[in-house]
Amino acid sequence: MADLALNRSVAPPSRWVAGLKRGGARLWIGAALVGVLVLVALLAPWIAPHDPIEQDLMSAQLPPAWINGGDPAYLLGTDSLGRCVLSRLIYSARTAVVVALIAASLAAAIGIALGLVAGSFGGWVDQLTSRLIDVWMAFPPVLLSIVLAAVIGAGLTSVIAAIVVVDWTRFARVVRAETMVQLQRDYAAAARVIGLSRGGILRLEILPNLVPLVVTLLAVEMGIAILVEVILSFVGISVAGDTATWGGMIAEGRQIVYQAPWIMALPILCIISSVIGFNLLGDGLRLVLDPVQRR
Amino acid sequence: MRWGEIIRRLVLIPPTLVGVAVIVFVLLRVVPGDPIAMMIPPGATPADIDRLRALYGLDQPVLWQFVTWLGQALSGDFGRSISVHQSVFELVLARLPATLELAALAATIAVVLGTIAALVGIQLRGRRTEWLVDGGVGVFLAIPDFLWALILLLLFGVLLPWLPISGRIDPHIDVSFHSNFYLLESLLTGRLDVAGALLHHMILPALALALPFAALVARILKASLAEAEDQDYAQIARARGFSRPDILLREVFPNALIPTVALGGVQITLLLGGTVLVERIFSYEGIGNMAIDAVINRDFPLIQGLVLTFAVLFIGLNLVVDLVVTLLDPRLRHG
Amino acid sequence: MTTILAIRDLHVAIGHHADATNVLRGASLEVGAGEVRGLVGESGAGKSMLGRAVLGLLPANAIVAAGSIHFEGRDLVAMPESERRNLLGRRIALIPQDPMTSLNPVKRVGAQISNLLRRHLGLSKRDALGRAAELLVEVAIREPRRVLELYPHEISGGMRQRVLIAMAFACDPSLVIADEPTTALDVTVQRQVLQLVERLRQRHGAAILFVTHDLGVVAKICRTMTVLHAGRVLEEGETVDVLAKPRHPYTRALLAATPRADRPAEALRPVPPALIEGLWAEARRLDGQLAMAAS
Repeated sequence: MADLALNRSVAPPSRWVAGLKRGGARLWIGAALVGVLVLVALLAPWIAPHDPIEQDLMSAQLPPAWINGGDPAYLLGTDSLGRCVLSRLIYSARTAVVVALIAASLAAAIGIALGLVAGSFGGWVDQLTSRLIDVWMAFPPVLLSIVLAAVIGAGLTSVIAAIVVVDWTRFARVVRAETMVQLQRDYAAAARVIGLSRGGILRLEILPNLVPLVVTLLAVEMGIAILVEVILSFVGISVAGDTATWGGMIAEGRQIVYQAPWIMALPILCIISSVIGFNLLGDGLRLVLDPVQRR
Repeated sequence: MRWGEIIRRLVLIPPTLVGVAVIVFVLLRVVPGDPIAMMIPPGATPADIDRLRALYGLDQPVLWQFVTWLGQALSGDFGRSISVHQSVFELVLARLPATLELAALAATIAVVLGTIAALVGIQLRGRRTEWLVDGGVGVFLAIPDFLWALILLLLFGVLLPWLPISGRIDPHIDVSFHSNFYLLESLLTGRLDVAGALLHHMILPALALALPFAALVARILKASLAEAEDQDYAQIARARGFSRPDILLREVFPNALIPTVALGGVQITLLLGGTVLVERIFSYEGIGNMAIDAVINRDFPLIQGLVLTFAVLFIGLNLVVDLVVTLLDPRLRHG
Repeated sequence: MTTILAIRDLHVAIGHHADATNVLRGASLEVGAGEVRGLVGESGAGKSMLGRAVLGLLPANAIVAAGSIHFEGRDLVAMPESERRNLLGRRIALIPQDPMTSLNPVKRVGAQISNLLRRHLGLSKRDALGRAAELLVEVAIREPRRVLELYPHEISGGMRQRVLIAMAFACDPSLVIADEPTTALDVTVQRQVLQLVERLRQRHGAAILFVTHDLGVVAKICRTMTVLHAGRVLEEGETVDVLAKPRHPYTRALLAATPRADRPAEALRPVPPALIEGLWAEARRLDGQLAMAAS
């Protein structure tokens, strides 16, 4: 028999706690994965057992310590030049985080700026920007970044430039659409009536509403930045010389994949966990920050 | 049909392509990186270098170069590859079928897998096990095609050496094909053993391309199915005594297909773009693989030709997707 | 007169245990062969829930806590799913409320009708289409053959409602549940639709449970009526009697609140809030009694 539904007055939980709960498992798992990544990147010099570029040709291609033939001094084995795989993985995390942060932020800045302009001015400005975005997106993104990086030359700058140049459109499109929608909303009209300038409206009304969207995109974009860096490394046009990157390790590992599969496998695991971490974090943040979009 | 819309799109294609060409052209020439420097043989004199440069028109002003190139391109001449010394047009045409076959195979696998996953997911709707499907799809979606390529290579090429990890076909198999559409031709002429060998080489790269796209299709289709199932007409079908599977397949699916094709179709260009790396990883002889070499060698004419080819394919694919959506949705046909 | 539908003391609750809300509290109702009974109540009174309970379409988290529903002597609640599905659409039919959303937008009208006929009557495709054309003629649609080939968005709202009515009577049901079929239509069309429903009812010999909040409609077409509030039956009887001499204060208030075309200048007289309060208090008391009886 059904019980009576009484009016129970339960104290409502604080807004932040409710928000965090909305984030769910995604938020926590994502934050944990990303947190580990950032921590490893920050503490690299202290936690890496060896110098990542130090070669020990006598101990080349050693398997991980627990496999027959491994050396406990090199926990995850060594590559063809006798460099410690674990140390290289750790320092690669550093590169990955730096690239991800800078590239994602720049792409976001450019994309948001252009998106806002296109969305709020409308007219021919919008047409021009939209056409620009269309043409940009007709390029295969990978090819574009490869072309760019090949042309600018190896190095971190070209990697970052490649990511920014390719992916600003992601932010621009979304921000443009959202801006146009928001401008049509009543509160924007009210703001205009009060006499706020266009810039004022953008700053005070629209921007805050874009935050959840942008934060999610940022998280996803950082995952993408890591992937693009990997791609460019794999194709041989990322950071120069000995610098450790996951993509570089994969490219090397691909050559000797039958002899030493762990050299390719381990960086892949790191990349997967980082990318999934960023995706989950982005998802979780979206659920937390956007009050309307609750599932 | 919305003829006006289609005509407008077709008309916009040439300017878009020209735009693409301009960007590539400018990028390649304005930023440092000299193709001639990459291919000079030892002992070349400055006169030789100048002559090479003149041969490829690289000593002329950029605008002149572009106009010349455009003029030639319009008549089908895309120049000669600097690194391979063959006509760009022929080079691209020779390798294009390989990539098209790979992409087509990948797309088919993706659609089939994605649809199955979506149907399984919708059956489990509301039940506890639903998150398994959603979570699985999420993981597959997060891992991009080239990572899948590496993973599959490791798993099924190295650790469990079941499948080959390079090339299009075993070199010692006798192939006398008329076209470069190896798979298509062997299937059409009944040479199933050859087709089998080809598939052996294609299955891993195709799977790598397919998996993320399949996950995308699954996610969008499942969401569309769920939304359509909640619509009045589907509920009323329940009130008329139809069973849930019947309703899902007959009433709901055709409706859910529309937003799925619209949203997912847009992303199918990612499949094509993915061939660049996946072909490289599996040493598969398609235009993606060639593109990377072209870039590394600063082979301007070849790069331009390839970028343009990709752009045409992308635009064409988008147009086809839009046409399909119009076909699927009767409301769009008369509006 | 044989009883087609017998609902006895039906209790339906939504949700689990402590959070459960009762939506039907011991409602009882009978419809005899060929009878047209109106089911009146304001929004939230439980009218739709009653209809859904008969059709076995309660939401997933709803349970029939007590009571019974018998259709032509058979227990609908206890019946196995497959058996119920054979009844629905054939012996029990539904005229839905909103003609704009009740037809499948991507299937032709003819296909939708013939699907129904083939499922329940096992007709061949050609016979089903022929029968569908006949049905369209019955609901006064001219050029039936042409309409069969059209998609729902190509015909007007009024025509769509007539198609839905045709589909309801297609398999000669003994009970038709009309779920506010005139609410979404304007007044002139309303009259036509009511006439149509009455004509079809006579022709096919069905009983109708007419769910509505419009007393005017009830007066026109229903011979008997039941007044529902907060999931309880407050009054029932011959329409003429109930409307002329209402016994329950709620019924009286409802009648008084109905705007009258012949006294347009009169101020509206809403149902007194105190009356509503009292009724809800009674309902809650009832819930309490039931809960205690259960434990």
